[in-house]
Amino acid sequence: MLFILSKATIENVYAAFIMANGARMEGIESEIFFTFFGLEAIQKKKLEHLRVATVGNPAMHIPTMLGGLPGMEALATKMMKKEMEKLDMPPVGEFLEILSDSGCKLWACKLAVEMFHLKREDLIDEIEDIITVGDFYARADQENTHLLFI
Amino acid sequence: MIKTIKQIAINVNEEGYLTDFSQWTKEIGEEIAKENNIEMTDKHWQVISWIQEQVTAKKPLSIRGIKKSGVIDIKEFYALFPGGPLKVSTKIAGVPKPKSCI
Repeated sequence: MLFILSKATIENVYAAFIMANGARMEGIESEIFFTFFGLEAIQKKKLEHLRVATVGNPAMHIPTMLGGLPGMEALATKMMKKEMEKLDMPPVGEFLEILSDSGCKLWACKLAVEMFHLKREDLIDEIEDIITVGDFYARADQENTHLLFI
Repeated sequence: MIKTIKQIAINVNEEGYLTDFSQWTKEIGEEIAKENNIEMTDKHWQVISWIQEQVTAKKPLSIRGIKKSGVIDIKEFYALFPGGPLKVSTKIAGVPKPKSCI
């Protein structure tokens, strides 16, 4: 299972992590390609500060106007993290370590890294490499490979 | 379902997990390991004992729990029990397959 993570909201990042980890636990190979805003999840300085999207997210069940108020994102994020902790879900940094130790390969998108002016040292050590889309497709070029865009 | 291992009849579910832990013995664990192409070592048994302790204490099993166990790290866990380590190790340990998604 190959996952492409393009978003940095907590719900998307955890979806990718849980699916990728779940695959490894079932004995299925898994890799994650971090691109565009997904790169936030592998930046040392940013990965513990990801947030829930409170605006434009109908599942939050709060009016969009309220979702935009200062502090709303932080509050919703805090509440969600509390619920996650109850279920023993690891924080982002620890989750990345678990994924890497489990044999899930983590890749950063070259174009996005250049676009955001990032350096290798801005990214976590667990990243295998910074690669192009073509490199990633080459990894997917096998029978029974599934690609999922998150 | 009834399964016979070394002339001993044990109760298992359709996936091959023991349904009655009291029927478990080290020999049975060893045979299930062989079916999964695993040759048990001391390290394997250490992990199996830890898993059985957790289940007896009604603590949920997860990959994060393995990390914190102090018995084994995740890399080694995957190396010792290839093909889904929690799934395989719990089968050998004679305990139910973990229901956790993490």
